[in-house]
Amino acid sequence: MNILAQKKSRWLEGGIHGFLFFCAFLSILTTVTIVVSLVWESIPFFFEVAPLDFLLGTTWQPLIVPREYGVLPLVVGTLQIVVGSALVAIPIGVCCAIYLSEYASPRMRKIVKPTLEVLAGIPTIVYGYFALTAITPVLKSIYSGTETYNAASASIVVGIMILPMIASLCDDALRAVPGSLRQGAMALGATRFEALTRVIFPAALSGITASFVLAFSRAVGETMAVSIAAGATPSMSFLPTESIQTMTAFIVQVSMGDTPRGTPEYHAIFAVGMLLFLITLGINMVAHRVLRKYREVYE
Amino acid sequence: MSWLDTANLNLRKRRRRALYFKSICSLFTWSCFVLLAVLLVHVGHKGVGLIDVDFLRNAPSWRPEDCGIWPAIAGSLWMMGLTALISIPCGVSAALYLEEFAPKNRWAHLIDVNISNLAGVPSIVYGILGATVFVRFLALEQSVLAGSLTMSLLVLPVIIIASREAIRAVPSTIRHAALALGATPWQTVVHHVLPTALAGILTGVILALSRAIGETAPLITIGAVAYISDAPAGPMDSFTVLPLQIYSWTTKAQSEFQDLAAGGIVALLVFLVIMNGIAVWIRHRAEGNAN
Amino acid sequence: MTQMKIQPNKFNQGSEPEKEAPDPRQDSALSAEHVTIRYGNTVAVDDVGLAFAANQITAIIGPSGCGKSTFLRAFNRMNDFIPSASLEGAIRFQGIDIYDPAVDPVEVRLRIGMVFQKPNPFPKTIYKNVAWGPQINGFKGDLDELVENSLRSAAIWDEVKDRLHKSALGLSGGQQQRLCIARTLAMQSEVILMDEPCSALDPLSTGRVEDLMLELKQNHTFVIVTHNMQQASRASDYTAFMEAGKLVEFDHTEKMFQNPSNQRTEDYVSGRFG
Repeated sequence: MNILAQKKSRWLEGGIHGFLFFCAFLSILTTVTIVVSLVWESIPFFFEVAPLDFLLGTTWQPLIVPREYGVLPLVVGTLQIVVGSALVAIPIGVCCAIYLSEYASPRMRKIVKPTLEVLAGIPTIVYGYFALTAITPVLKSIYSGTETYNAASASIVVGIMILPMIASLCDDALRAVPGSLRQGAMALGATRFEALTRVIFPAALSGITASFVLAFSRAVGETMAVSIAAGATPSMSFLPTESIQTMTAFIVQVSMGDTPRGTPEYHAIFAVGMLLFLITLGINMVAHRVLRKYREVYE
Repeated sequence: MSWLDTANLNLRKRRRRALYFKSICSLFTWSCFVLLAVLLVHVGHKGVGLIDVDFLRNAPSWRPEDCGIWPAIAGSLWMMGLTALISIPCGVSAALYLEEFAPKNRWAHLIDVNISNLAGVPSIVYGILGATVFVRFLALEQSVLAGSLTMSLLVLPVIIIASREAIRAVPSTIRHAALALGATPWQTVVHHVLPTALAGILTGVILALSRAIGETAPLITIGAVAYISDAPAGPMDSFTVLPLQIYSWTTKAQSEFQDLAAGGIVALLVFLVIMNGIAVWIRHRAEGNAN
Repeated sequence: MTQMKIQPNKFNQGSEPEKEAPDPRQDSALSAEHVTIRYGNTVAVDDVGLAFAANQITAIIGPSGCGKSTFLRAFNRMNDFIPSASLEGAIRFQGIDIYDPAVDPVEVRLRIGMVFQKPNPFPKTIYKNVAWGPQINGFKGDLDELVENSLRSAAIWDEVKDRLHKSALGLSGGQQQRLCIARTLAMQSEVILMDEPCSALDPLSTGRVEDLMLELKQNHTFVIVTHNMQQASRASDYTAFMEAGKLVEFDHTEKMFQNPSNQRTEDYVSGRFG
């Protein structure tokens, strides 16, 4: 009887085990489904538009005739947001991280860290509203030629959004550098600034780089703030005062509109979505590889 | 005789440079506080005054002065509840499997890498997945269920990663003690590992759900719309959520509607503050118990 | 950076070693007067007075946790980086109190170098590890020559001369520690403090480091903290024994190991505790 009971519980445990495995396997399933649905739905698109024309074309005009499906303007728009937000977020984020890891007292850390967490936790829609109703008017008052929807405003707000990520990842990277290196540098007559810039910062460089790369990937995928603030005008120009469109904003534009299902312009969102997925996946994989490498050095 | 005796140490100049650098760093750090303050004040001074009983009770309307956010609040609550029901069991189970049961082989590594990559996939891509699979393939249409399933997939990696960290923090001595008393691995996990890791898991879950409640893009892609006049009554009803309502008001040209958006944002932020407050409270209590 | 609390002019003769003991203070390079160091409310070093003779090797021994490392780190103000640490008393280097507010700690560390317990080479090339300190401090001579001489003095030149521009992290533990010594030697500081420099090394490397000190003491004053009594007896001229933050006895090394005046010292050096 005892043995039977045990056997029954083994069965039960086997079932539970299976369920747990299924849940873990779900993540693989998600990836596969993402890839399959993106590929499946963009096949009709690529029957109409040659892949090379899509990738290398410089006019994106899917919603009005004559329709053109050159994705480069969307890529350029996305790139503009990435570069602009990096210009905002990298200096502030890195300085924050240095302040946190080098200069801040434990009490100061206890105030700054949650502030960054709050900034990171604010929904992107709120940032979009902020860009349109606060940043854009300021930009307009500085330079009157600024359009209502413009790349600069969106870049600044995306910069604010990715700032906490850069700050906290760089802080981790700087703190992972063994304290003995700082002591060694100071014992050789370095000031704290010299120890930081000449020894600690270079030692943490791969971690810092990885944080930038992860932040770029966030900026590439950022949707609501750029949809609201940057407008819907695909453009190859690099003028920050003008309206642009990013890959994500195009997907939103089509989803919000009444584009009929089954048309090439509808399937275009899957082609753009696939490109977006591949770009962010590539960036993330690079970042994780860099991160793993630098962890190996010190652990 | 040392070269130090004749070297030009330039200490004053070096000290000054160090001081400038420190000042710049603290200046930038303070600018984060300023940014947050400006953001909150900007939204607050327009939005707080709008919030009254009518605003919370009414449905959106073409007349700004009649507008309310009740359908959006109800939709957000529905979606959050369903998302929690779906994603928490799945996420915690997956974390348990990966930490406690998974053999350390190539599959486990693959799942590992896959999860960290999924966490970096833009939310709008999940929206595309939801539109294809849930809305059309499973014919759930633009229902709360379709939205919640999409959102669940989106927050799963976050829940799994947070739960794994909490489970990993449970000292292995506890497991060994339980196993040595003849418990099965499953009993060990249910009786000892999970209760110990519970606070950490809950904190991660709440943070993941706060992310879900603020997400807009995937719901736009699956076709949820802002012009809903009633709160959903069941999981198959169509719905809207707070961020969508805010988006639709923000993109209207009239400034009255943009002010309504500020009101909606204040409501959304209150939601988030409550959820994060609960998370902080749980963490605090757990630390209290541990000491 | 936290400044330490300084209480000047509290010098007195209280903890002078016994009469027949030598008085290295006559030409001492470095001395501590009534030094008390606290971490918060915990007293780590309790009213210790000690003077290190110039061009001699002084060993500080004692059981772990007796405060000997904390005491050593006070001599080049490395405790400044521990926010809770505070110091009373005075530490004099060439007659100047190094905790005087007018004294720049960077200058103190230039004159009083330090080698740490664990080798801590920078993740840079071997050459840059040695050249770095002189470079940031305005060295104007022939850098290559200085690097070579320093590496030769640290008895590691032959092992690394063909890989000067490779990463220092590729060296073995013993080589890394000798590189760190070379790095310190390149500063040509008068005093070199060593905080258990051999605790992570094998016996062969340990012997090398000890030989090094004996060779280099013509030009430098060494203070070495060690838990290894054989090392103290082999390599040092003077030995100080500390216990529970207090200085128990200080004398010529020979006398300390053969005929100590204090019973506790005798118990410790004969291995009865610690």
